[in-house]
Amino acid sequence: MSTALETAPESPVALTRKDFASPVAIRWCPGCGDYSILTAVQGVLPTLGIPKEKFVFVSGIGCSSRFPYYMNTFGFHTIHGRAPAVATGVKLANPDLQVWVITGDGDALSIGGNHFIHALRRNVDLKIILFNNRIYGLTKGQYSPTSAVGTISPSTPFGSVDQPLSPLALALGAEASFVARTSDNDVKHMTEVFAAAAAHKGSALIEVMQNCVIFADKVHEPYYGRATKQDNLLYLEHGKPLRYGKENEKGIVVDGFSLTTKENPADGEVVTHDVKDPSGALAFQLARFTHPQFPVPVGIFRDVERPSFHEAARGQMEAAKAKATADLDKLFNSGSTWKV
Amino acid sequence: MLPSSSSAAQSAGGNSSSKPIEELDSVTIRFAGDSGDGMQLTGTQFTDASALFGNDLATMPDFPAEIRAPAGTVAGVSAFQIHFSSREIKTPGDDLDVLVAMNAAALKANIADLEVGGILVVDLAGFGDKDLEKAEYRSNPLQDGSLTGYRLIEVDITAQTVRAVEHTGLKGRAAELCKNFFTLGMMYWLYDRPVEHTLTWIQSKFGPKTKYKDKPEIASANQAALLAGFNYAETVELFASHYRVKKAELPPGKYRKIAGNEATVFGLIAAAQKAGLEIVYGSYPITPASDVLHGLSRQKHFGVLTFQAEDEIAAMASVVGAAYGGAFGVTATSGPGICLKSEAMGLAVMTELPMVIVDVQRGGPSTGLPTKTEQSDLLLNMYGRSGDSPLPIVAAKSPADCFTMAYEASRLALKYMTPVVLLTDGYIANGSEPWMIPDAAALPDITTNRAAPKAPDTGDFLPYFRNPETLARPWAVPGTKGLEHRIGGLEKAQQTGKISYDPDNHDAMTRERHAKVAGIAKDIPAQAVEGDPSADLLVVSWGGTYGAVSTAVSDCNANGIKVAHAHIQYINPFPANLGQILGSYKKVVIPELNMGQLRLVLSGTYGVPAIGINLVRGKPFRISYLVDKFERIVKALS
Repeated sequence: MSTALETAPESPVALTRKDFASPVAIRWCPGCGDYSILTAVQGVLPTLGIPKEKFVFVSGIGCSSRFPYYMNTFGFHTIHGRAPAVATGVKLANPDLQVWVITGDGDALSIGGNHFIHALRRNVDLKIILFNNRIYGLTKGQYSPTSAVGTISPSTPFGSVDQPLSPLALALGAEASFVARTSDNDVKHMTEVFAAAAAHKGSALIEVMQNCVIFADKVHEPYYGRATKQDNLLYLEHGKPLRYGKENEKGIVVDGFSLTTKENPADGEVVTHDVKDPSGALAFQLARFTHPQFPVPVGIFRDVERPSFHEAARGQMEAAKAKATADLDKLFNSGSTWKV
Repeated sequence: MLPSSSSAAQSAGGNSSSKPIEELDSVTIRFAGDSGDGMQLTGTQFTDASALFGNDLATMPDFPAEIRAPAGTVAGVSAFQIHFSSREIKTPGDDLDVLVAMNAAALKANIADLEVGGILVVDLAGFGDKDLEKAEYRSNPLQDGSLTGYRLIEVDITAQTVRAVEHTGLKGRAAELCKNFFTLGMMYWLYDRPVEHTLTWIQSKFGPKTKYKDKPEIASANQAALLAGFNYAETVELFASHYRVKKAELPPGKYRKIAGNEATVFGLIAAAQKAGLEIVYGSYPITPASDVLHGLSRQKHFGVLTFQAEDEIAAMASVVGAAYGGAFGVTATSGPGICLKSEAMGLAVMTELPMVIVDVQRGGPSTGLPTKTEQSDLLLNMYGRSGDSPLPIVAAKSPADCFTMAYEASRLALKYMTPVVLLTDGYIANGSEPWMIPDAAALPDITTNRAAPKAPDTGDFLPYFRNPETLARPWAVPGTKGLEHRIGGLEKAQQTGKISYDPDNHDAMTRERHAKVAGIAKDIPAQAVEGDPSADLLVVSWGGTYGAVSTAVSDCNANGIKVAHAHIQYINPFPANLGQILGSYKKVVIPELNMGQLRLVLSGTYGVPAIGINLVRGKPFRISYLVDKFERIVKALS
């Protein structure tokens, strides 16, 4: 391929967290949930065995999208909502790069909704981290597509009236092959989920429940706080029963066509988590679990393999190259010609 | 394998005709029928036959935006015009020498363009009561005397065709569908064209090596219809004589026929090959630009990766990403697509990445006239972004020139690290003309400003450290060791590229972006002046009006009306000598298919007052219209 990038020898792969820290002063608000996400990402990258110059972070617009400036990698801070489309172009140009997309609930789900669903549908190998703080931060606190009905904000002084959506249910509807949720107050869990996303072949969507200390402080607290999480978070582990509660006394069971919660269910009654479930129905029902009716699931909802657009498209190109030589004169002279 | 009757027809066509033959300089024919009648195919075949014969030619397809508008209505009429000549020609012609009308609606939509005394061929089967009603004729024009000014040739083409193909077993509607080949055969006889090319083409399209291999009757019926039409015209006393248009004296070389969009595809591929780059083409289907997507999709072996994005916004954004990622990013669209792309085009200006954006202009605003031509996106591309957002703009002047200007746009984009807009339009994109095939090895070199890997501990990498000559920043492609850096849409500090809100820095960077584009004036050809340089009147044009304007200028000068002509292909920046040229004529007139967009830019740039000749009818200028305008202006000057 003529854009072959690697003329220099490979980087030593023994990288540390420090290699990924940028000297730029971080400008997120003190106490912002973004800091711990940055910490987790900087912790995961050195473990992946990928040379530093092969990472690219592409972001849209919003507080979260400042993220690339704080990574000592290639970074592209693009325009509102379009990061998945820009990142698709990067990956098409050079499939050797590991491309991460950093976005937020407004960026990905509102202005960028179309690009979000199509990037997932195409299964382009992008790792998309969606910082969900259920509010617009950078524009000073307007409600977002994930804000609960009744959210008081500068643009909704009498409370928001429109229904929020589940980013994960949307992603599953768009045929995403890897869908997960984690939280900004659990670096260990974030690290595990990011590592799994990096290992996944194809697009990966990770929703991070993230706290905005200024405009939506403690929005996730009722279910992910230290005091609340045992009774309100449902940790998803492949092949394990869906149980939660202080004593693991609650479980997810089947009720008709739906899932429901049950106190002290029998062992055989509890649904076993299956990230490979071919129907996707289990992941979809879990993605629609909202507090307080249901526990909020965290972990990997779905992790299946299917062909990715960039590999298939590049495959067609390589097949064509193998069949025919790139001969400009032949191209110009194709069809009927005549001499004067 | 040709049917046995072919030899008879060819001998009839090969100069041994019993009818007298007259020589003509040039002829303009329009084939018009219902959308489903195959008029585009008929016209294309006639064009190919004329090209191979050695005529100069220019074509103009004209079809409705609807795929199948109601059959038989004026809205559903599809037409194809060809002008072929023994002289050099630059337009598909003003008035028609021949109109072929396959039904009443086709007659109604096109008769106004037929010259008085011109040949009018009609298919009687398309003039039944229902056809007349659908075309909203109150009386039958074939009988009410309204066509007495023309040489009317009435043939029941449909019935003749059905009879001619009967022996192949094809019946009913399928047999009737061959009527376009019968018509083509008649025209081949009338203008002494050889039939072989089309017979071979039918075989290649419907023969034993195609998906129609189990239906051999389709190929033989179409061939039979072609030959029957040819023989019918020869045998029946339809035409008093037939005509010959001799080979044109074009500059010596090897030629092929090329349409504008096809030439654009070739130019982009050639540039990428010269630069040693892969193309990532991100695009969303839109009339009349989709053929660029279709064309590139077939050329993957040149390292072309095509991406049909979810919308115009994503198409542009993906091209920005691809350019950032180290590929040659390309997109093509039309006006409504540029509206959606403008945000990401602004990002491309800010991040100074190399890519080409092709705008195949169509009638606007909004959805406008999707299949009709216009030149009304100039200001959109010049100024249609937030902030001071300069980018180079070049414009092609003819179908074949799309190759040259696509290549130029690519050269400038890669050398100067900038998005470049190539303006074409529906008229030259779909029209075709002979193209002298270039020698690939002789195409100019294309350079990039690619940054080399950097050793550690050699200081910070400076992503906005400019090449002193071109002011291009380095192309620092991800994956290259030691070049890790961050860019984006926020204003950047000079050299370092770090975010900067400093007022002096923003002023300096805005000027740098402007100076880089303005400096390209040193790297483009000087503006040439055609026509009579001693004239008092200078005609200034740009884009696809070149053919009509330059022919009108030649006609004026041939008639003793002195006119000079500057056709601008580089619009941003303008050639360095353009201001001096504009200032040296008494009067400047600018014909445009818009309300005066170039005129506004020129008057803003050079302060030169100019007269506008502005038409927005979705059609190219007529030469005679321009000649008349120029004459009046020149006479008023003296």
